Amino acid sequence: MKKLHFIEVEGNTKGFVTFLGLFGLISLIGILSAYYMEHNGHWVTGMNNQVIWGTPHVFAIFLIVAASGALNVASISSVFAKTTYKPLARLSGMLSIALLSGGLVVLLLDLGRPDRLIVAMTEFNFVSIFTWNIFLYTGFMGVVGIYLWTMMDRPYNNLTKKAGLAAFIWRLILTTGTGSIFGFLISREAYDAALLAPMFIIMSFSFGMAFFLLVLMGSYKYTQRELGDYIVNRLKNLLGVFVAAVLYFVIVYHVTNLYSADHRDVTIFILAGGGIYTFLFWVVQVMMGSILPLVLLYGPAGNKRNMISLAAVLIILGGLAQLYVIIIGGQAYPMQLFPGMEVSSSFYDGVVASYAPSLPELLLGLGGIGVTLLLVTIAVAAMKFLPISLSDEIANPHWN
Amino acid sequence: MTINIDDKNNENQVEESSRRNFIFGSVAAAGLTIAPGVMLYQTAGARSLSDFSLSEKASSNVRWGMLVDTTKQVDWNKCVEACNKEHGLNNETHSRDDQKTQYIRVVNVKNKGTGYSMSLPVMCQHCENAPCVDVCPTGASMKRADGIVLVDRHRCIGCRYCMMACPYKARSFVHEVLTDQTENTPRGKGCVESCNMCVNRIDNGQLPACVEASEGAIIFGDLNDPQSDISQLLAKHGSRQIRADLKLNPGVHYQGI
Ligand code: SF4
Ligand code: SF4
Repeated sequence: MKKLHFIEVEGNTKGFVTFLGLFGLISLIGILSAYYMEHNGHWVTGMNNQVIWGTPHVFAIFLIVAASGALNVASISSVFAKTTYKPLARLSGMLSIALLSGGLVVLLLDLGRPDRLIVAMTEFNFVSIFTWNIFLYTGFMGVVGIYLWTMMDRPYNNLTKKAGLAAFIWRLILTTGTGSIFGFLISREAYDAALLAPMFIIMSFSFGMAFFLLVLMGSYKYTQRELGDYIVNRLKNLLGVFVAAVLYFVIVYHVTNLYSADHRDVTIFILAGGGIYTFLFWVVQVMMGSILPLVLLYGPAGNKRNMISLAAVLIILGGLAQLYVIIIGGQAYPMQLFPGMEVSSSFYDGVVASYAPSLPELLLGLGGIGVTLLLVTIAVAAMKFLPISLSDEIANPHWN
Repeated sequence: MTINIDDKNNENQVEESSRRNFIFGSVAAAGLTIAPGVMLYQTAGARSLSDFSLSEKASSNVRWGMLVDTTKQVDWNKCVEACNKEHGLNNETHSRDDQKTQYIRVVNVKNKGTGYSMSLPVMCQHCENAPCVDVCPTGASMKRADGIVLVDRHRCIGCRYCMMACPYKARSFVHEVLTDQTENTPRGKGCVESCNMCVNRIDNGQLPACVEASEGAIIFGDLNDPQSDISQLLAKHGSRQIRADLKLNPGVHYQGI
């Protein structure tokens, strides 16, 4: 294995400036959309008093979940001592911070009163899992930041393993915390405390890896650096395993819920009678977002970069659909004020709530992805995150 | 039927809730009239009005509650109207119907098997173990010492987690800029709100608006006082709470459901 060289991406090229401008624009549009919704009030959105968290939350939770998953590669390298992944550990850590930042921006901008951020940062109710998440998120950035530092500053290299372990543990807690936001809601039948948190962890592996692969392949392609098949194929095989694991967990989750009296009705709603949610579940999440990517990744053309990219994009879309079904489908299903009875009121009790995402909500969500990519673009140019080459000669420890 | 709130055990409660009560700009009350001539509680006569800190009304000795008798033939919409008037609701100009605030609503329940149907008013149930209070990251969603659950709208960041957590769908989000508000119930775009048991009226010694409009079908009183009307009725006839299985112990009880 040849020696590894990290070097910043040249910032003074047309390609770089184009990406900077593109991601900056997407972020800006997202922020302007948030301003528009904030200025008018949420009546301009599809949200209402039943579907309380809309499309921005789908994107925010997706990005936060993916953030923890993006750290996988670094964890495998530092915690499980797999040297193959060491060249990618820096990118992995940095991407996880960028994803988390993108998610948090969306979460913050969708608050009814984002101007009261200071209240959220100073007045804490420690019974609330939300409060704990605020600490988990900020702490994650700190821990991963230190981890990156130990990797990039030679005198501290010997601390990398410990920092990596800390970051690994932290990310597991973080995703559990994110899943628990929903898991603890006794009010909503769709959310099952016991299964949601582990499912979020598995989902994070898959979404985070898909994002990581796209960023990796994209940045090497557009900087004309060499990226060998050795590393890409290992990652895509791992991605396939994660996708299959999510699918398996989704099956277990729904089958278990079908047998539980408390969750049966809402499960049948999602699987069979839920209109758009049923469609998103079967067609987008299961077919397009899980089965098709598996076929692409393990099929005859599975080593082709285009196929891998397509699979990763589909996995991300499937992931967004999955969260849409969980978050919005779970809210649209009526609350059971009088279980077993037919209920109606002027407040839309007993009916499936209608929700259609509005354009500004969608743009805010996409803005979160824009912020993430903007941060990645700036970071790779500002610091030594990317090895100058990841050709098989360099990346494969068994090369001779 | 009096209860003494001038109680030493109360001292530590005072500290905790004084700030909270301040928010509502309440004034000390001397007593609560539930019917002409009948006082629900009385403050200790030995002290002058100015001796009372603002918080002492929110005593942990008291737990305000309601008993709704759904067997009485009343038009529950009158309660809704009274509530809307009291709190200046229904003044949205842009919001869709599913975005408008409702503190109290009439819910129609029908048993598909037997065909039996009934109506009942549902508002915030002022749960003892209120999930909306537990989940609120900033403590804006809170329970007063006297059991009233409400939102401090100066602290609410509009995250809406409390709405996700409430099993009674009792809360609304203010979806637009509101003008034309009543003095007692400040409401603001981007914040969550819900029935506050007319805390402004209670602290002034009046009954909640819906109770007043209910023609006696809703009884209001202190659940902690075994001598109060509500406690006596509960002891005698029993009651049910909506979704009692969730073990939140709502302060709103029902008969006939
Ligand atoms: S009914 Fe809902 S809003 Fe009211 S106290 Fe209970 S959980 Fe909170
Ligand atoms: S919306 Fe307001 S009251 Fe409700 S949980 Fe969030 S901060 Fe608390």
